[in-house]
Amino acid sequence: MAVTLRIVNGKLYDPINNIDGKIQDICIEDGRIVESVPDDATRIDAQGMVIMPGGVDIHCHIAGPKVNAARKLQPEDHRRDPHPGTPFTRSGTGGTVPSTFATGYRYATLGYTTAMEAAVTPIGARHTLEEFHDTPVIDKGFYVLLGNNIFLQNLLREGRKEEFRQAVAWWVNSTKAYTVKLVNPGGDEPWKGKKNSNVSDIDEKIDDLSPRQIIEAFITTVNDMGFPHPPHIHCNNLGHSGNYKTTLETMRTAGDQRAHLAHIQFHSYGGELGKNPDSKAAEIIEYVNTHPNITCDVGQVMFGKATIMTADAPLAYVLRGLTDNKWVNVDTECESGCGILPFNYQEHIYMHSLQWAIGLELFLMSEDPWRVILSTDHPNGGSFMHYPKLIKLLMDRGFRKEEISRVNQKAIAKTALPDLDREYTLNEIAIITRAGPAKALGLKHKGHLGPGADADITIYDEMDDKEMMFNAPRYVIKSGKAIIADHEFVGDHIGKLLHITPEYDAKIEEIVQPFFENYYSIEFDNYAVADSYLHDHEIVPTTNQ
Amino acid sequence: MAETMILVPGRTSKQGTSLNKGKLKQEYLSVTSTLEMNSDDMQRLGLEEGDSVRLSNDIGETIVSCKGRKPEDLPSGMLFIPYGPPSSQLMASDTAGTGMPLSKLIEVLVEKVA
Amino acid sequence: MTMSENIKTVKNATCTFCGCVCDDMVLTVDLDEKRITKAKNACVLGRAWFAEHTIGDWPVAMIDGKEVSKEEAIEEAAQTLVKAKFPIIYGLSDTTCEAQRQAVAITDIIKGTIDTTTSVCHGPSGLAFQGVGESTMSLGEVKNRADLVIYWGGNPAASHPRHFTRYTVTPKGMFIPNGKKDRTVVLVDVRKTPSVPVADIFIQLKPGKDFEVLWALRALVKGKKIDASIEEETGVSLATLEDLVDKMKNCRYGVLFFGMGLTMTRGRHFNSGALMALTTDLNEFTHFVAKPVRGHGNVTGADNVVSWQTGYPFGVNFNRGYPRFNPGEFTTVDTLSRGDADAAMFIASDPASNFPKAAIEHMKKIPVISLDTKQTETSKLAHVAFATSTYGINTGGTVYRMDDLPITMRPAFDSPYPDDEEILTAIKKRVQELVWAKQGIKAAVGEARVA
Repeated sequence: MAVTLRIVNGKLYDPINNIDGKIQDICIEDGRIVESVPDDATRIDAQGMVIMPGGVDIHCHIAGPKVNAARKLQPEDHRRDPHPGTPFTRSGTGGTVPSTFATGYRYATLGYTTAMEAAVTPIGARHTLEEFHDTPVIDKGFYVLLGNNIFLQNLLREGRKEEFRQAVAWWVNSTKAYTVKLVNPGGDEPWKGKKNSNVSDIDEKIDDLSPRQIIEAFITTVNDMGFPHPPHIHCNNLGHSGNYKTTLETMRTAGDQRAHLAHIQFHSYGGELGKNPDSKAAEIIEYVNTHPNITCDVGQVMFGKATIMTADAPLAYVLRGLTDNKWVNVDTECESGCGILPFNYQEHIYMHSLQWAIGLELFLMSEDPWRVILSTDHPNGGSFMHYPKLIKLLMDRGFRKEEISRVNQKAIAKTALPDLDREYTLNEIAIITRAGPAKALGLKHKGHLGPGADADITIYDEMDDKEMMFNAPRYVIKSGKAIIADHEFVGDHIGKLLHITPEYDAKIEEIVQPFFENYYSIEFDNYAVADSYLHDHEIVPTTNQ
Repeated sequence: MAETMILVPGRTSKQGTSLNKGKLKQEYLSVTSTLEMNSDDMQRLGLEEGDSVRLSNDIGETIVSCKGRKPEDLPSGMLFIPYGPPSSQLMASDTAGTGMPLSKLIEVLVEKVA
Repeated sequence: MTMSENIKTVKNATCTFCGCVCDDMVLTVDLDEKRITKAKNACVLGRAWFAEHTIGDWPVAMIDGKEVSKEEAIEEAAQTLVKAKFPIIYGLSDTTCEAQRQAVAITDIIKGTIDTTTSVCHGPSGLAFQGVGESTMSLGEVKNRADLVIYWGGNPAASHPRHFTRYTVTPKGMFIPNGKKDRTVVLVDVRKTPSVPVADIFIQLKPGKDFEVLWALRALVKGKKIDASIEEETGVSLATLEDLVDKMKNCRYGVLFFGMGLTMTRGRHFNSGALMALTTDLNEFTHFVAKPVRGHGNVTGADNVVSWQTGYPFGVNFNRGYPRFNPGEFTTVDTLSRGDADAAMFIASDPASNFPKAAIEHMKKIPVISLDTKQTETSKLAHVAFATSTYGINTGGTVYRMDDLPITMRPAFDSPYPDDEEILTAIKKRVQELVWAKQGIKAAVGEARVA
């Protein structure tokens, strides 16, 4: 398709620019939205269609060492879901951990044009970048795991705050990351070094350092450095009964500084440890509603097949004990770990229905859709291919009621879900899937279609059945180029890497290097990722830059 | 006099270094044609250090030269050879549906070559 | 030979001879002579690797043994692959990830079959992984934490000389301040290999009895009784097994390394699987990990690239227009021995030397394309033979160490020979054109088929 384009007669939803279903022209030139284009520009007639900016997935697991191990683990998952090639697109396989080409193309078929890989070890960053290069269409970035980094923890133990700050900036630069990720901070050392134990309280000291101290240090440092997206936090005690207290304490640790809580549904449980949990969605959402510095993604559970893949290795081991299924654990020296296992969410199981219901409670009780963002923590809560069904659950209370009647009723009874009548509007869906995540990520050219924005556009046929509508956009345009037209793939594209380059004093390398030489097993000079892995990329400035 | 024994093809340092020099060169060919045998077994078969030995089975055969090893290092009935074209002559192609042919613990008939 | 004055030093270079992928090489390079004259930190195998990969004098491209231009050879290679009904691509363990990606792309376009040397190395361990999973680690964890190190069915002294010294036994680590003195090393094998002197405990078992011993260990770990007749069966006494189980359950961080003794013998993936399941069982008591010791420098890269692009690690077929996985059907020993393949491209490997006879016999009957740095039995029988430059010495790019750590190589000197990536990319472009022409599609190459 042409380099200039005008889309006419479509109903635009662009919350960032306060457009709520207005019929409006959209003009594209050279990959960007512009005020207008010449009359002879190619036209797309979007009569009867809904136009939104391309979707932005703020938390998913799609590329890197952990993801690839999960891919390798489950040939049975791929076998059921082939992804045939076309003359223009590469083939692949699907399931809950699709191959890289299938991942990119399938996000495109849902109208998503940006996705953020939520957890990558520094030493594995190169691998993630290689997989990104084979993940078509979408723009992408990743969050680098630093919450269990031994060197950084040692600096904190010694009160060396300035060096901590420089080292964090160095690490983010060296890996080409988008922000810092914390997963079960403090929990790695008990797992690897103390016979498979874990940390169970935010104030529990592991060798004189508590998770709260780690969390606090990262939140303060990263906010101070003005990262476009704050520390992305997977709280301690994921999945455990009573963990909502840990979640509240984690949010309180942020004070009024920005912080993002990942897949907050998994962290919203009441009840006693060792017993079945109940829902504390109300308490959690109340805090989020009243604290504008907090953003979160829900981490909705969807019934059916999922894959647990998480840097929270002790959690994965506990889940293995429940399912007795094949299990993968990978320790990464000095930095991190991960656990992987196949999983199935089933409607008749109390816990799974409770999780499903809590996610919906969080969405329906949220007062600020800009800050309670749609995700399934793909593939931990379910595949991103479930997003259309989730959207229908939020928009159609009749459908929701039917679905509620099919699940474990004891679990439903522990929630407020049956009484929540709210139906999300198209405008609100546009917020939780596009505008909100773009804003939370600090991506000024994404999530909206005002002049200057990236020309990432999704055009849906307006339908009553919202699952069908969101499942099959008629057009998907990426960087001004048509990828899908009339439901067919018509072109291919490699998206760009989004990353940040916060300033730091290079002298910090003199401090990091000796630790490296003693305790890592590769050379210091071979650790940082070379620029040759960047390909097409965009540096997103920090607020200090 | 021939006996059935178990052949273990494997890596050695010399095989690795000569491989780098070139697999068509004499050094590699000679390294991969040198068979290690239990010294008691050698004696029983009337073999001296460096003698030629025929290894054969259903798949094929190869002539190699033998070198003695102490019985406590290499048990009786076991043979070791740095893997290469000679040992591949004895490898069956059946992979039992796995892709992997049985490349170690290959049953072979061992006899002295006159 | 006197060294010229034109000398370069390359620090932190990577040796890719074996799966240790040591990245602490300090290479002294004579740029005039185009050779590496010294490789500090390299083991005996690495030194040979660096010293012997010099610039050869054979043609860049040959068809049926006669020198041709690179372009002619690429054309002939592309035509050969497109004409075939069941083309296979194999090898890939001694080349860069960048080249491996092109090989998978070609296979996708021609709807052929791709397999790597994994299928005759740790493929069975990959199959076991798909069945039981694996608790594993990066090598630095072993250095820092492992107080119990067990080797099963492998001989690192011969195949991975620096495994002990750089990663697993000798080094001091964060929680292992005294190096080897703080560790117990156990070695399990059918014969006394040069690795045995490193071990504190050597367990010699009867050939072909690894599975029985591993299964007995699993039982003992789970508190079941094992009869003393295990000794007659396996050559290992009950007391030895009980002692080993005791050490395993009570260590702080245990690691089981395993090799071809398990994968290449009867049972194959059952053997690997038994070991990996044992490792998982032990996590009920302490932190325990396992790692297959990978042979070639970038076989792990091949696993990773094929897995991320197709979903499956090896033995992948695209006949239906999407990847299908079937070891035994689509693996190369099988597709050759059964006579399925009617054309083959071998990249950075020498199956004509190391494959079973039936496979080699069939290879001689079909058109073969080979890419290699030196002349081999395979390049000798090839219809189209490319001589390419050596990865890590002439060509940069990415490789993955045996523990999946990705490392960027620092080449030492240029080569007049093209690298694998260049040849494969050219073949890919031509193959794409030919396939589109067959389908009547008019599209410029480079517009689509990204990567």
